[in-house]
Amino acid sequence: MFPTQPQNTTNKIQYIYSPQHLANSEPNKFAENSLKNGEMSVNLGPQHPSTHGVLRLEVLTDGEIITEIEPHIGYLHRCFEKHCEKLTYAQIIPYIDRMDYVSAMNSEHIYAMAVEKMLNITEQIPKRVEYIRVLVAELNRIASHFVAIGTYGVDIGATTPFLWLMRDREHILRLLEWLTGARMLYNYIWVGGLYYDLPIGFEEKCKEFLDYVLPKIKETENLMINNKIFVVRTANVGVISLDLAVNYALSGAVMRGSGLKMDLRKKDAYSVYPELDFDVPVGTGAMGTQGDCWDRTWVRLQECYESIKILYQCVEKLQKEHKRTTDFNPQAFVPKKIRPEKQFLYFRGETPKGELGFFLQSDGKSDIPLRCKVRSPCFVNLSVLPAIAKGVLFSDLIAIIGSLDFVMGEVDR
Amino acid sequence: MIALLFFLPFIAIFALAGVYVERKLAGFIQDRLGPMETGKFGLLQTVADIIKLLTKEDIIPQKADKFVFKLAPLVIFVSIFAGFACIPLTATMVGAGLSVGVFYVLGIISLDVIGILMAGWSSNSKYALLGAMRAVGQIISYEIPLGLVVLCVVMISQSLDLQEISYKQGIWIGTNGFYFSAQKIYLFGITPIDITKVGGFLAWNIVQMPFLCIGFVIYFIASLAECNRAPFDIPEAESELIAGYHTEYSGLRWAFMMLAEYGMMLLTSFLAVILFLGGWNTPLPNIGFLALADWTSGMPNTIFGEITAIFWIFFKVFCLVFVQMWIRWTYPRLRADQLMYLCWKVLIPFSLALVMLCAIWRILM
Repeated sequence: MFPTQPQNTTNKIQYIYSPQHLANSEPNKFAENSLKNGEMSVNLGPQHPSTHGVLRLEVLTDGEIITEIEPHIGYLHRCFEKHCEKLTYAQIIPYIDRMDYVSAMNSEHIYAMAVEKMLNITEQIPKRVEYIRVLVAELNRIASHFVAIGTYGVDIGATTPFLWLMRDREHILRLLEWLTGARMLYNYIWVGGLYYDLPIGFEEKCKEFLDYVLPKIKETENLMINNKIFVVRTANVGVISLDLAVNYALSGAVMRGSGLKMDLRKKDAYSVYPELDFDVPVGTGAMGTQGDCWDRTWVRLQECYESIKILYQCVEKLQKEHKRTTDFNPQAFVPKKIRPEKQFLYFRGETPKGELGFFLQSDGKSDIPLRCKVRSPCFVNLSVLPAIAKGVLFSDLIAIIGSLDFVMGEVDR
Repeated sequence: MIALLFFLPFIAIFALAGVYVERKLAGFIQDRLGPMETGKFGLLQTVADIIKLLTKEDIIPQKADKFVFKLAPLVIFVSIFAGFACIPLTATMVGAGLSVGVFYVLGIISLDVIGILMAGWSSNSKYALLGAMRAVGQIISYEIPLGLVVLCVVMISQSLDLQEISYKQGIWIGTNGFYFSAQKIYLFGITPIDITKVGGFLAWNIVQMPFLCIGFVIYFIASLAECNRAPFDIPEAESELIAGYHTEYSGLRWAFMMLAEYGMMLLTSFLAVILFLGGWNTPLPNIGFLALADWTSGMPNTIFGEITAIFWIFFKVFCLVFVQMWIRWTYPRLRADQLMYLCWKVLIPFSLALVMLCAIWRILM
């Protein structure tokens, strides 16, 4: 099938290309001979610097203008859902970390709540545990938004905001490393409790970090979001109208950028979010059209401020109302054996990327789920790409991909 | 001959030092250290990079047009290097004292485009082709405002000779018997205040003819686009086109392209300094008994004169290169159509108006 390597030229030619090779890996939608006059098919990814992982796009371009676009996914497929059918409920948690690896805490939080709901122990979970969960989840939400905004800056061509935000994200990762021992994949939130209580002094350090990061975010806003060149690059680009957003079932910052005030933390009011005071920023089209790339990025940045607001409240509650006590055991309500009754359950929550949902099916006899289906926000948000990226310029395509902020680990699972 | 012997190693060393300084500067702007591991403060980092590039395998894509592919880096490098030939470093040190130096430099810079197109086309890669297409469109467009602004300077100085333009911006006009012993320099060109013996920054073209301040800004923007530097690094936009026209290049050929980019930065900065900022003349004026200009610049053809001239021209050039780097690490990148908008609808009308103004000004002078 493959042409043999000529013996005498091994040092000169490393790889002999043959059109068969492409056919072997993944079928292309557009064949070379079916292209119209002047069209060119460009393969973008999976090793392209701005596809944020291993997304592969088959792009038809007429000069610089995109005429067709076809995403190919599955390069990071790790059989998450199939694995779940062989693992106990508690063992699934580390796998959940590896779905959306930039905001693992949020996914863990939602999964833990889903299983608690199956077991009907939601009411028993101590408030301190819930506040700690929200605290770490919101910290991770800020980290995730920092990655989203920073890498978006790199897509547009500004490297400095990226490194500034990475510097500040580092502080979050160090806090979480202190707490859990891991920088990105924590396995910290357990069904019914937590792995550990907060280490002594964590609340104070957390507050110190919040005081530090607030002016830094403002600085980034001035350098990047309000920059004239950034505005002309992103305003009126990749506009997702509210109709389109609803029809594609988008969620998270992408949906809110289009103007719908939908945040599951408010709408479903799970965990202790009803007790916390925060706003839901929505895109207004301040620089261009409602639902353009600028709006989505702006919404992400505003959400960082809201998360900081939530964090201040959490820290205060954890220092006063739900103080650390010597007899507090975060694992007190962790069930010894997780065996839910026979049922179907769909539970959803808000991750930085959008609505993450777990559909769990149990047979009531085993401690292994029959089926665990994940409704991934990144996958759904990515599906809108071909609809909005038609007829735009090549540079705009990169801007649109970045503004959707997907993590391929969650798209492919 | 001096220029050849001096500039070739100089560009190479400048590229080495420039890469190091740029990385350190980027590190400073981005709140990190930059290279620290190789040598003291990472000073040997670029040397290590060069050794790496020298030892890399020289890959030529199988489907590339091999002859053109090999030729392209040379065309790019040579066209930029040749531009240095008539840059006057001091009052006497100039590679080729052409009487049409400005014309020659602009002409030879344009050849750079052909090399870029050759590189992009011969690579037989779609990204390289897109990059080359963008680069050619960009560089040819930006040569128009650049040329028009340079025309303004030529009108004011009444000369195409870079050495003569330099002489006319300082206190050494009329010395040594050559270059217009009778000519005088007036403050703002038309006022009757004779500043021939005052010199300093007051004699610079941007002060002699205040409208040239706008011209300088236009020139600087256009030169950023000519060098493919941010925010106009659209041809090699790494997040879109991987590396643009040099996507398929590796090893030494790639190093030549990099060298050419830094050479271009240097060349446009030299040209900017000579045309607008007084060339090798000192920026400090003579104020009464404080003869700062006399103290900080020596008579042409003397050793002190040569040393001070070299110092001042490099000081100014490095300031401009620093600003180019600073801009690169601050601003995002424009889009290709926005770049064209800026060129054709903003810069060209302004530079045309400037040409008119300068022409009228010249008549009044």
